Amino acid sequence: MTKEELLSKLKIIITPYVQNQEELDTLTEETDFIKDLEINSANLVDVVLDVEDEFDIEIDNDAMEKMLTVKASIEVIESKLAEK
Amino acid sequence: MIRNDIIKELPYSKPFLFVDEILDIDDDYIKGNYTFRNDEYFYEGHFKDNPVTPGVILTECMAQIGMACFGIFLLKDQWSQKTMGVAMSSSEINFYKPVFPGEKVTVVAEKVYFRFNKLKCNVAMYNATEILVAKGVVAGVAFKK
Repeated sequence: MTKEELLSKLKIIITPYVQNQEELDTLTEETDFIKDLEINSANLVDVVLDVEDEFDIEIDNDAMEKMLTVKASIEVIESKLAEK
Repeated sequence: MIRNDIIKELPYSKPFLFVDEILDIDDDYIKGNYTFRNDEYFYEGHFKDNPVTPGVILTECMAQIGMACFGIFLLKDQWSQKTMGVAMSSSEINFYKPVFPGEKVTVVAEKVYFRFNKLKCNVAMYNATEILVAKGVVAGVAFKK
């Protein structure tokens, strides 16, 4: 899976939980889920669970705590995919 | 099984505690009840001369049993009233029957998931004649204060 494919899948996952539509339209690797997209912490759990289902990976507490930006999430997903 | 040990751990008190008994509990399911007293504070205004339990209070009762009690049980040793708090993060409830002063309701909740200190449950409330009063989905989080 290319990074572009991964990013587009991630964007689909986060879309229902995003409060700031403008930031979503201009999504970059540096975009922060809470500060920029205004996803609340409870919905961040849903993002992680949806990521698990979409990519068929398991995300532990340590990985979950890292997944606060697009870039960090892609890194976590890539490393979990590599472990498979 | 009344489980006062769990009820004692709840961060609520009168007039906003809506749990009397925990009747059954395991890792996937909880069942509890509450009897609305005739003199609950909200009956004075909801409605004028026509007391009916507000839907938000029924939701709160379902959340206190199906989320707070259940969550405290699932968190086990991790839970501490001093250092942790709870918050409802979402609710979607449909209401089917009114609940009047003095009525006893039973709440059942089934776990959808409990991950990263977030608990999501399917909840339902029944009256004393086992008729469905309300049903839906609630979710909440436990967090360090």
